[in-house]
Amino acid sequence: MTAPAPETTATLAVASLSLSLGGNRILDTVSASFAAGRVTAILGPNGAGKSSLLACLTGLRNIDSGLVTLDGVALHALPPRDLARRIGFLPQSADVHWDIDVATLVGLGRFPWRGRWGETAADVAAVTAAMVATDVTGLGDRIVNTLSGGERSRVLLARVLAGTPQWLLADEPLASLDPAHQLDVLDCLRGIAARGAGVVVVLHDLNQAARVADDVLLMRSGRILAFGAPDAVLTPDLISATYGVTAHIGTTAGGQRFIVATGRSARP
Amino acid sequence: MLAALLGAMALSMLAGKVWLPAQAWHATDPRWLIIAELRLPRTMLAAIVGAGLGMSGAAMQGYLRNPLADPGLFGVSAAAALGAVVSMFFGVGIFWLLPTFALAGAAAAMALLALLVGRSGSIIVFTLGGVIISSIAGSLTALAISLAPTPFATSQIVTWLMGALTDRSWDDVWLALPATIVGMALLSLTGPALDALTLGEPAARSMGVDTTRLQRLVVLGVGLCVGAAVAAAGVIGFVGLMVPHLVRPFAGHKPSAVLLPSAIGGALLLVLADSLVRIAPMVSELRLGIAMSMLGGPFFLVLLMRLRRKLA
Repeated sequence: MTAPAPETTATLAVASLSLSLGGNRILDTVSASFAAGRVTAILGPNGAGKSSLLACLTGLRNIDSGLVTLDGVALHALPPRDLARRIGFLPQSADVHWDIDVATLVGLGRFPWRGRWGETAADVAAVTAAMVATDVTGLGDRIVNTLSGGERSRVLLARVLAGTPQWLLADEPLASLDPAHQLDVLDCLRGIAARGAGVVVVLHDLNQAARVADDVLLMRSGRILAFGAPDAVLTPDLISATYGVTAHIGTTAGGQRFIVATGRSARP
Repeated sequence: MLAALLGAMALSMLAGKVWLPAQAWHATDPRWLIIAELRLPRTMLAAIVGAGLGMSGAAMQGYLRNPLADPGLFGVSAAAALGAVVSMFFGVGIFWLLPTFALAGAAAAMALLALLVGRSGSIIVFTLGGVIISSIAGSLTALAISLAPTPFATSQIVTWLMGALTDRSWDDVWLALPATIVGMALLSLTGPALDALTLGEPAARSMGVDTTRLQRLVVLGVGLCVGAAVAAAGVIGFVGLMVPHLVRPFAGHKPSAVLLPSAIGGALLLVLADSLVRIAPMVSELRLGIAMSMLGGPFFLVLLMRLRRKLA
């Protein structure tokens, strides 16, 4: 995990970002910079502002103050279509409102690229590649609402990938998946980063973060507590400060780190 | 479907109290007037109104992502009806006054809704705003009926509210046609964005859907179609609700794929229904609006049962 030189790396960055909703401070002068080709996991307790930070990175949230930039250009200064092509967002909600089939749903991901005269060869190629990358090619004719939870989340991920974004922002893509499918999706995220895209993912499970992330961002109460390599950030002290739990950190025979919350600590 | 629609329109030309033999189909025969001045405009109007309502229903269901949505839901038809009722209340007998008032009512409802929703593009505010406008317009209509100056005005209003295409002229066609065409053109622009909305609002916005623009297109498109429909034919319910459901098994569930077939299907349904009410052996002609409600109620029920089975 060697970081390329920062000057040449595409970056998505927030600078002194603040956001309030209904009088509550959701994000409080948050600054962070995310690099392309890496997987960044955002961790934190419920209400820490993880999803809000992710939403701000999509450029769709009105922010109180601060700036979100993509390669140095403010997101709100980019044409909406350009923004939609470069940043892909996988929201937490997995609702699909009509009984459409998998291929049609993945094809919706081409929306930012649609031309006046229907589907192009590039559209077909992108949809095929996205379905291969998420291993859903065999499901093409199935109606999305009849799929299992695991199949469904991979199909929804394929929809985002079909837009060939340079950035993938995913809000808890592993929720409600069994362990095997969690590993599949994590591997898929790693593969996306390996092909050069930046991946920022909100997670709830420390072990998943330890497995997938090049960088981990710890949040609490709208502020960033720590941001760095998993080894440096996922420590008992920082976990206690973030979640208010004592943690046991071990290593499996295969070298995989695991983290177990052993109890509530005195103070977060 | 187009062939079926043409067939139905041909049937509609034949249907009526008077049977017209083949030799009447000639411009020199006095009975030609029945065809040219009564049946033809009536058939055209049924097709126009049906197409506008059908497409509006498909757009509304796609936009609200709700299979039970109906163009009436957002207050335009109630407001248009109120406008028409007001014109009858004052009992002025100029033919263009009623449709003009109806269109003005529809425009007022659209403006009010746009004002309520503001720039937020929020679907929840949109739906609630529509329900509120609907109920206000409904209560004012009831008030107008109860305060009507003469029993004649009351009965005229009540009859009109039931919706019908009886005794319509070319003037009504020329009034409804342009508004419906513009409305349908606006709605046909919404297809791709409605498709993207299938994934929910956040995902759609992240793909570059301008939800504010989409909402304006839907409000304006549905407003024009429904306003024109009410102005021409009174309140005819359930077309917008039923037609997209009848179309989906053939056209697929993708919202953009349902729009145009719903327009054709709506025209087909209304032309057929209007022919049937003319043929039906009754003392007086069955009102089209009533016929559609009688069809629509059970349809709604079946739809609900099927949805419930799917959810269970």
